Amino acid sequence: MDLIASHITHRFGDLAVLDDVSFTVGAGEVVAIVGPSGCGKSTLLSILGGLLQPTSGAPELRGSPPADSLNPLTFVFQDFALLPWATVEENVEFPLLHTQLSAVQRRALVEDALRRTTLTDFRKAYPKQLSGGMRQRVGISRALAVKPAILLMDEPLSALDSQTRELLMEDFVRLLADGGMGAVYVTHNLEEAARLADRIVVLSRRPGRIREVVTVPMTRAARGEAEAREKLLALQNQIWSLIRNEAIDAEREVQHA
Amino acid sequence: MLDRAPAEIAKDAATRRVRFRGAGFVPASSRYGGWIALAIVIAIWQAAGSAGLVNALFLPTPAAIVRAIYQLAISGALWQHLSASLLRIGVGWLLGTAAGVAVGFAIGLSRLARSVGITFISALFPIPKIALLPLLILWLGIGEEPKIATIALGVFFSTAISVYSGVDAVPRNLIRMAQSFNVPFATIVRKVIWPGALPAILAGFRITASVALLLVVSAEMIGAQYGIGAFVLQAGNLMQTDQLLAGVVILSVFGLAVGKLIGWLEVRLLHWR
Repeated sequence: MDLIASHITHRFGDLAVLDDVSFTVGAGEVVAIVGPSGCGKSTLLSILGGLLQPTSGAPELRGSPPADSLNPLTFVFQDFALLPWATVEENVEFPLLHTQLSAVQRRALVEDALRRTTLTDFRKAYPKQLSGGMRQRVGISRALAVKPAILLMDEPLSALDSQTRELLMEDFVRLLADGGMGAVYVTHNLEEAARLADRIVVLSRRPGRIREVVTVPMTRAARGEAEAREKLLALQNQIWSLIRNEAIDAEREVQHA
Repeated sequence: MLDRAPAEIAKDAATRRVRFRGAGFVPASSRYGGWIALAIVIAIWQAAGSAGLVNALFLPTPAAIVRAIYQLAISGALWQHLSASLLRIGVGWLLGTAAGVAVGFAIGLSRLARSVGITFISALFPIPKIALLPLLILWLGIGEEPKIATIALGVFFSTAISVYSGVDAVPRNLIRMAQSFNVPFATIVRKVIWPGALPAILAGFRITASVALLLVVSAEMIGAQYGIGAFVLQAGNLMQTDQLLAGVVILSVFGLAVGKLIGWLEVRLLHWR
């Protein structure tokens, strides 16, 4: 199943946020979206996932999702969006409650998702008892439980410390390794984008337009190797040179706001 | 090579400890402090009364008040008055709460209900509900109904406000999360909005319990034969200040008991906080 951003333009009142953004996320492909602060990255993701109605243009799907997918487009949120009154397993089961699945089927999906995110021993814990990294693992586990075709990840690591970010990045690489699941990964962090994405969509300053689409010239598996690091660093520098001046302008704009 | 901390730290006459400046401004109280203070006040009160420093007609001693409560209890009058008040509070509170929760949720969830409901609530909430009792007596007669209706009205507005404030305070990201999984509206209300609004709703219950107590006493003072409010008024008219204060103590104990009950509910239902 492909996800297509088709000429998406969006305004919040008088404020133009996105301007004619078009690209395609192929089946199993990971596309990162980067750009200066306020360029409309998260807005674009909300539009792609059907949570926000664009002013013009539309998100479109081409092809069928996998037969067992319960929610083809599934978000992983920056702030985790966990139900604080529910345990880990109740949070993971939450999106399955309204489906036609039996309790036994739901239990099996929850077990599998908890196992894949190494949360099995924390099933009875409440979110407040968990660290930020573990909370985001619950968010990922909940997303995996519905067997998505494409994960929509809105800066999923930005609220975490650097060590936890590194650990979760390794988890993302592992979960996306087999190509069975695609992702749109919104981030400020060019290193994360270069490590995870097949292609990187670089947006301009507001209103966000596509400045460039950069293909990462190696497989994700190869990116852990020593000689790949230099290439990835060069790629990050190339993208940074594209957005640096606009990022400075955006920062000044935020400070003056 | 890693630096390691030296085993001995050199100190001289100029070495001094950094002064601790972080004390205070912590909202914590000692567990028994309040009870001890209360006991001291009662002891002083009793001592002053026993020593004849205070006229018992104006302020009877705590012991006299306890005796009055005991006599009320063994005579059966306590239960007669208390049960009348409890029935009015119970029915009025339940009716007002049920209506308030329904209207509060409607205002919290529906744009139309919000625009209509908030206008009416803003206009009617400030009216002292006891002022409506004569009108309610005119409409409903002189029985229990106007007293219960007064309590229900008072409880309704506070409940509706706390419920829609609670619904408004539910984090939007949780609702968006549920929508992103195609969770139906009714399930979002049941599984996200209701538990998310529950802290505000229970806080509202604390307020409405006090409102109900206030209104039942006021309503009983205006037109009732039985009830704690009627008993207090009657005792005051007869200058039976020990009986009057016995009624006040019973009201205080009732308020405390309701507070404890709501506290227990909060511990049970909001253990996740």
